[in-house]
Order: sequence, then structure tokens, then C-alpha cells
Amino acid sequence: MAENNKACIVGIGQSEFTRWGGIHDRSQFQITAEAISAAIADAGLTVNDVDGFASFSDDENEATLMQVALGVPVLRWSSMVWGGGGGGSIAALSQACAAVESGQAHTVVMYRGLCQGQGQRFGQAGKKRVHGNYILPYGLFAPPQMLALMMQRYMHLYPITHDHLAEVALNARANANRNPRAVMYEKPLTREDYFNGRWIAEPFRLYDCCLETDGACAVVVTTKERARDLKAPLIEVASAIHGSGPGWGTGPLGSHNMPDEDYASTNSRRLAPELFARAGMTPADIDVAQIYDHFSGLVLMALEEYGFCDKGESGAFVAEGSIRWPNGKLPINTSGGQLSEAYVHGVNLLLEGVRQLRGESTSQVKDARTCLVTGGLGVSPTSGTILRRH
Amino acid sequence: MSYFPKEMPRPVPAMNDTEFLRGCAERHLRFQACAACGMLRHPPMPICSHCHSTAEKWVEAPTTAKVYSFTVVHHASHPAVKASLPYVVALLEFPALPGVRLVSNITHVDPSEVRIGMQVDLWWDDIGEDMFLPRFRPMEKIKA
Repeated sequence: MAENNKACIVGIGQSEFTRWGGIHDRSQFQITAEAISAAIADAGLTVNDVDGFASFSDDENEATLMQVALGVPVLRWSSMVWGGGGGGSIAALSQACAAVESGQAHTVVMYRGLCQGQGQRFGQAGKKRVHGNYILPYGLFAPPQMLALMMQRYMHLYPITHDHLAEVALNARANANRNPRAVMYEKPLTREDYFNGRWIAEPFRLYDCCLETDGACAVVVTTKERARDLKAPLIEVASAIHGSGPGWGTGPLGSHNMPDEDYASTNSRRLAPELFARAGMTPADIDVAQIYDHFSGLVLMALEEYGFCDKGESGAFVAEGSIRWPNGKLPINTSGGQLSEAYVHGVNLLLEGVRQLRGESTSQVKDARTCLVTGGLGVSPTSGTILRRH
Repeated sequence: MSYFPKEMPRPVPAMNDTEFLRGCAERHLRFQACAACGMLRHPPMPICSHCHSTAEKWVEAPTTAKVYSFTVVHHASHPAVKASLPYVVALLEFPALPGVRLVSNITHVDPSEVRIGMQVDLWWDDIGEDMFLPRFRPMEKIKA
């Protein structure tokens, strides 16, 4: 691919973030349109420049309606990633990149809008799941319970303790406390509060589980050639991929029949090395990371699978303060992540990645030039991107 | 009297599920296997992922299993389970049947006593309308 065609993120936009049910005066579609409109304006573009949309996982904000609502004159690309819940977030980014890099479209907006007060709450039973016959009659209804099975096995196999899970949750909250956009801004969490949190599904306590929120996020993707003419710093998508190992399609949200060697994992074992190889980087090149934190413990697994520490050593890694801002080796989830900023199915993590590389984070990592962002862990597909500022 | 209240979701026969559920209704736990290469698969699928044969057979599972993983559920994500909290959802393996695991419940034990590797024994829970579901209880509880 010619260097001029390389995909760059040139605009970001969002609605306000609230607890679930907090947005009731506008529709989910409307706040999504607002986020997209904000992202286009942030890029210094107009709807006349946009010719594509990408989203993921049963998105209800149809791209073809969005085109009409926003007055986009010509649509050349509309895609939605199959399955995967939040695993589709960076997968949708990878599709937007594929579209602009191949010339199928010029400027694609990737988005997600979620108003759980207007639709289905993710933490409750109700979503029709593939192979529900094998889980629902047994009381396996919602993601915290489903992923708890994998986490329990992971903690059985490796020296991972509740203190290590707490470290992930407390880090997220400390970062959210510096971020006025975060739902948990000005709501401190102590270690004692964490351990007093009620059990949801062992080994997950309340503060191990992501928020359920209302909110929308969007990013604008175009080629480097076009990006050079815009006002924002040049943030290149060095690589963005999605995929899955065997057996995960019915995996944690279904029968749990993934191969034994993959079971207690985030399904990123194959994807992560490929992501780094395509970017021409190694984990040592990453300055800051936004790691999909629907549940604290899967962040630990991901630190291992993405190569920041060895298998089974993520507990010791976080206990040393490695993920803490500002002095950790690898500050993560610097906006508060999905545990404490908002749960916009992973796209708020992508926005924070861009802010870090623009120097606009409320927990800014000094001179950050590279950021890893992962999409939903422990599902199929899962996804990841490496962003680089030139 | 079933382990969960009658408001609990019931299995609804679908394309590949019919034979598995027929087994349950007859109180036989059977896994699907490829009739050509013998590879086991669960949940049931219309084609063998190994040899792509669509011919299938059904293999009776042992009545004892081993806990591969589990969770103790404390939060009701469905109104039907409110009175059953906390309950144990376990993932069970059958060492004689490689490649298939079953999601079920561990009953007749304090949830705090459940461990990975624990041996459990199958019992059939009558959920009414001529349907039974496989659930499990610890072996040592049966001896005692």
C-alpha cells in the first residue's frame, strides 16, 4: 500500500456519558448522530466529505438512516461487524481503515451509540443468544457470569489474586477521578470499598464489572494524504485487525467448548503478535494502552497475551504499579476505562487513545507517541489497534 | 419440584438441538459425534468441523463428571433466580469424552465448597411438561 493511502484518525466526537437510563430526553439514534456530527466537526470536515459508516455487533443505529439524517450526499461504504459484542469495536475501525486504504471510500465514520435505558441492559438476561438452550436453563444469563467461568479457571491455573483484580479496578477509578467526562468523576474508590463491594459472580465483585451507561462515540478515518490537509495532529492507524481462534463463536456466551489451551484467555493469543508485526513494533514500543475492561480480570489476561509480561505474571506486573499513571511502565485505561469512565462498547477507549496521542488526556502520558487499544476480550471476534503519532 | 422455579427459561427445540433435547427428555445425556471420523462436538452443529461430514451419531456420556470451572452467582440477572441465590453454574468435563464440556449446575452442596477438579454425579431435574435437565451433585455427598 502506498504510504499516502495509510488510514489516519482525524476526528473524534462523543455525547455526554451517563449511568444507564440517564439519557431520556433524546433517542439513542439522536445522540449517536450528535457524536458523529461532533467528530466530523472536530476533523474540520463537513458531511460532504463523509462517504462511509462502520459499526459493530447488532448496532441499532442504521448507517443508511444515518446517511439520511445527517445529509451525507453519497454513501460508498456501510458495514457492521458480526458478533463479538465489544470485540467488534476495533473490528469496525479495521473495516473503516480497509475501506479508505483500498479506495472503496474516502472518509469513513466509525461509531457506537448505546442507551441502555431505552433498550436492553447488557447486565440482564434477555438478549437472544446463539445456543441459549445450553446456558439459560442453568442460570448463565449475562456476561459477568459467563466470563467468570473463564476467570475462575485462570485464577486456578496461575498466581492471580483478588488483590490483582482490585489493582485494575482502582487504577481505572483513580484515572476517572481526573476526567470530568467520566461517570465516576469525583467518586473516589478505596481498596476497602472495593473489597466491601458485593459479589456479582465469583470471582467478580461489583467493582470488577464495567459500568452500564448511556452514551455515543465516533471517530473519523481517512487517508494520510487527506489527513495532512487537516488541522489535527497526524495519528496513523499503524495496524488494526480482528479475528478469533477456534471454538470461540459459541464460546463464553454459549457452550464454553473452546480448546483447553485457549480456555482461560482473551482469545488474543494469535491476534496480538500479528498486530505488532503489521505495525512493525513490539510491546516495548507502546507508550500507553487502553485495554478493553468489561471485567477487571480480563485486563490481566490481556497484558500477558499482548506480551507486556509472561504468562501468569500479570498479577505481579500490576502489583508493582506498572499500569498506574503517571509513573508506571505502561499506564492503562487513562480515561477511567469502561470500569469508571463509561461503557460505550469499547469506543470510548479508542477516543482516549487518540486524546493521549494528541496530548489532550486528563491523565496525559508525557510524550506519548504510540497507543494500543483493544476491542472486547474473550469473545469472537476480538480486535486490537496500534495508533502512532508522527 | 425443580431446582429453579418454573419461570426459568426452558430449552426451546431448534434446528440442531432436537436430538440433544430428546435425550434429556428420556434422561439420557448424549453428545453429538461425527459418524464418519468420530470427533465429538458440543453444542450440536450441522457439520463436522474436522472432516466436514454431515453424518452424525450420538454418544452416551458417563454419569460422573469433573468440574473444569465454575462461578457462584450472587446477582440475579433474571427475576426467576432471585430465590435461588447464590447458585453454582459449573462447566463440566468428561475425561473419556475429549473436546466436549457441558454448562450445568452443582446442587446439594454449599457453594463455598465447590472446587475445580471436584467429581460430580449426574441427576435429572424434572422441569415439568415431560422435560428433564442434567444437573450434578458432588460424589462425596452421595456416599455420605
